[in-house]
Amino acid sequence: MSIDAKGVEKLAQLARLDISEKDIAATTRSIGEVLKLVDQLQQLDTRQIEPLSHPLDAKQRLRADRVTETNQRDAFEALAPLCEDGLYLVPRVIE
Amino acid sequence: MHNKTLREISNDLASGLYSSEEITGELLARCERLNGALNAFISITPELALAQARQADARRAKGDAAALTGVPMAHKDIFCTQGIRTSAGSHMLDNFISPYDATVVERLKADGMVCLGKTNMDEFAMGSSNETSWYGPVHNPWKKGAVPGGSSGGSAAAVAARMVPATTGTDTGGSIRQPASLCGITGLKPTYGRVSRWGMVAFASSLDQAGPMARTAEDCALLLQSMAGFDERDSTCMDYSVEDYLAALEQPLAGLRIGLPREYFNHGLDPAMGALLQAAADLLQAQGATLHEVSLPHADLAISTYYIIAPAECSTNLSRYDGVRYGYRCKDPANLMDLYCRSRSEAFGDEVKRRILVGTYVLSAGFYDAYYRQAQKARRLINNDFASAFEAVDLILCPSALGAAFDMGSKTANPVDMYKEDLYTIPVNLAGLPALTAPCGFINGMPAGLQLVAPHFAEARLLQVAHQYQQLTDWHLARPDMRIWGESS
Amino acid sequence: MSWETVIGLEVHIQLNTQSKIFSGSATSFGGDPNVHASAIDLALPGTLPVLNEAAVSMAIEFGLAVDAPINPHSVFERKNYFYPDLPKGYQTSQMAEPIVGAGTVLIEVEGSTRSVRIHHAHLEEDAGKSLHEDYHGFTGIDLNRAGTPLLEIVSEPDMRTPAEAVAYLKKLHSIVTYLGISDGDMSQGSMRCDANVSVRPLGQQELGTRAELKNINSFRFVERAIEVEVERQIDLIESGGKVTQETRLFDPDKDETRPMRSKEVANDYRYFPCPDLLPVIIEAELIEQLRARLPELPDAKRQRFQADYGLSEYDALVLTQERPTADYFELVAASSGDAKLAANWVSVELQGQLKKAGLPISQSPVPADQVGKLIARIREGVISGRIAKQVFALLWEQGGDVDKIIAEQGLQQVSDSSALEAMVAEVLAGNPEQVQNYRNAPAERQPKMFGFFVGQVMKISKGQANPAEVNRILHEKLNA
Repeated sequence: MSIDAKGVEKLAQLARLDISEKDIAATTRSIGEVLKLVDQLQQLDTRQIEPLSHPLDAKQRLRADRVTETNQRDAFEALAPLCEDGLYLVPRVIE
Repeated sequence: MHNKTLREISNDLASGLYSSEEITGELLARCERLNGALNAFISITPELALAQARQADARRAKGDAAALTGVPMAHKDIFCTQGIRTSAGSHMLDNFISPYDATVVERLKADGMVCLGKTNMDEFAMGSSNETSWYGPVHNPWKKGAVPGGSSGGSAAAVAARMVPATTGTDTGGSIRQPASLCGITGLKPTYGRVSRWGMVAFASSLDQAGPMARTAEDCALLLQSMAGFDERDSTCMDYSVEDYLAALEQPLAGLRIGLPREYFNHGLDPAMGALLQAAADLLQAQGATLHEVSLPHADLAISTYYIIAPAECSTNLSRYDGVRYGYRCKDPANLMDLYCRSRSEAFGDEVKRRILVGTYVLSAGFYDAYYRQAQKARRLINNDFASAFEAVDLILCPSALGAAFDMGSKTANPVDMYKEDLYTIPVNLAGLPALTAPCGFINGMPAGLQLVAPHFAEARLLQVAHQYQQLTDWHLARPDMRIWGESS
Repeated sequence: MSWETVIGLEVHIQLNTQSKIFSGSATSFGGDPNVHASAIDLALPGTLPVLNEAAVSMAIEFGLAVDAPINPHSVFERKNYFYPDLPKGYQTSQMAEPIVGAGTVLIEVEGSTRSVRIHHAHLEEDAGKSLHEDYHGFTGIDLNRAGTPLLEIVSEPDMRTPAEAVAYLKKLHSIVTYLGISDGDMSQGSMRCDANVSVRPLGQQELGTRAELKNINSFRFVERAIEVEVERQIDLIESGGKVTQETRLFDPDKDETRPMRSKEVANDYRYFPCPDLLPVIIEAELIEQLRARLPELPDAKRQRFQADYGLSEYDALVLTQERPTADYFELVAASSGDAKLAANWVSVELQGQLKKAGLPISQSPVPADQVGKLIARIREGVISGRIAKQVFALLWEQGGDVDKIIAEQGLQQVSDSSALEAMVAEVLAGNPEQVQNYRNAPAERQPKMFGFFVGQVMKISKGQANPAEVNRILHEKLNA
């Protein structure tokens, strides 16, 4: 399947990436190259095959319901670009 | 001193030939001298290293030293290290000082290893040449302007240039083995689930695995012994007993069945690489191993499969980098959308963005079945190929890379050219198998490595065969002429 | 034209585990912002999820309670979207393979019972909170709640009236609180409801276009939001318009629903199995263990209350809706020895007071054994029903013991015949005209007139006279 500039812009929107006007052609071309590569799988007949998500046939281990974390807010918030009153700040969100 | 292997340093420290502080100081000086030219390190941390070295010496004085105590090493900058920048090679995390240690870091630290710094890598481990690092490319110590491979290019170059005897790496599609091959060192990608992923910045969660990089299989065995094992913080880390890797090294090869995959030794293989592998196979045969042709009929699907699964996983693994809680945030965002889009666009490099876009595409409505689900099915076929092959053989011998190190910029025009670089390593990740790369000769003066692949959790067998091979050969002892970098040796 | 309303509910239940679904952070709320946000909850690089065993057990218990199969193999997926209260940029949820399969709950509306089918229930993590107060034009993000385990219960579109939707919701509330897997407190957000609402001409098979009403946080608002939305849709269609499929927010102040702006951009959630988590395998053994531990559920309890205590269906329903009420009632019934009086006292007297005071039964100032004692004293003739209400009021206000209050306040019934005879004599002497009238009246009119004298005696006894004794003595004296 091929992709055009509009399709790439839609992906970029979903992935929260900006692609500048001058880069869009090159990006579309390179995404197209990758899709051409992976399109090889379209020929493969996999009707009888179960998908494989994990290389090992293992099951989820369950954690005992215990509180093991302590408050490290100060250490974590030291990493944040913008914090106030213990809150992370982002531009105003409108519901 | 810098030419010594991990094992030799460990012995010297034990016999008191020199202290950890002394060798740490000497290697730190070498790292600082060479890094300007090689760019193998993103961060060098002399104060921390010397403090750890002194602690190690004190521990030894108390008679409490382990084999790794006091031995200098470096971590790939993908492992979280408490109090030290953990960048994953990205502008996005340039200001990220990790508040915690990765399990791998914690374990090696607990055994007393001394960390000299954090090694350069492709951005978020996405690349096969170390050219996507925000911190600039790494040079292959064997030749100026040649790539060291990637994504653990800094780790491979640091070991090859004798800056440190050992490093950690991670391997999602070949990121330990391909650079090990291109730099002439030994690297091991363990079974998926053998080493904890806790604290390892994620690229593709179902493929990522940490492993050791060093000059010899024996050194890798020493490192893996400490790194491997169950960790309750990683749901995919298996509670499976860890073998005594050192004890396994001395087992003879007689009776070992080695498979040579027909599909890898066909017309596509670089003849020079083919000749090196054949020589290695002959040598192992002479030690009593038997050679068998095996088939991996779906080998040709691996790259397509991988370049659906890995981008899909990375596209969502990298959604957390949004400029809110840590990492890069754009200046004066106009609104929330602007905060997200500009922070991400300004701080992610082109290859990362490309993979996020491809991953978003293959998961999006209407394409999921055709791409992602189809790739998971192909993954099963590839997995089944190995399972059948391992019914007939104990080990598979094949190339690690297409050829020797290539020049910087020679594969960057079309991303697919770079993707094909991992032809021989990717299938192993898809199947979650352990594999080891060890030096097996030279192509036009540049090192090349063979790859050994074993069934799940048979790391001991890989180390054994590689160690036995290294008793018979000296490719792993060959070292680059460091005079081209201004060193006397 | 006649319209039929079609309602399906998606209910989020906050499970009351100690720690979060994928991290060891505490699930307690109300503290300072972000103090319960660990490295995992903040999605720091390199952090990984491990599933909480209690969340899994609770989901299974719910499945068993609604007769749903527990899927032996279920899978966590990532639901991808960007929002500041969602640190990973995806919500870990279940989609294709949820833990709980299709089930049923019975609801009672206006005396008739019907069943609502549950499509499935799945586990997922909660998001944090966005605080929109002004931080210089910014929104503040508190991630204490991020990662709290939720059970999302998705119904089939089986409800036809807002009242049915409320009954369904109350039934779910009742089930989860009986199981003890959630406090079900809608005002605190531990139970949240989204309603899919559509209308269609009566008799039409095909469903109309639905609107999704988000986050309606009380039983009353659920009813009102649906009513308002149904009106809106019918008006719209009847005036030639078309309902668009969209997410709408109920505004209780304006009594209207309106489209949510933040949901305008069509999302593509790109669900796929979370590679950091492995398939959840539930062994039959665990299911049986949990089944054995299940408490008696509301429907079974109601039937038992009817059969064992001889309660009416209505009384049994009222008493079993909430487990603490049912437990309270059973204690009262046991200590009083009279289940019907107990039912009456608990559902009328006690509930009335609790409602006035805004207290849950668990915080009733009058313990069950005291109500039981009070009823016992009525039965024993120590006090009358009227005095009992007085005693109850005192118990409510100052606590204490029934017998002590009766003794201290001198409220015990007067059965002593000489004292009663004196009272009767006083009444007869004080009302000679009425005595005369009574005696002259025809027999059929006398019983009506008799009540006057009883009332007078009770009055001077301050209600403490034993009514049976008073009757006997009055009869004796008046008919002498």
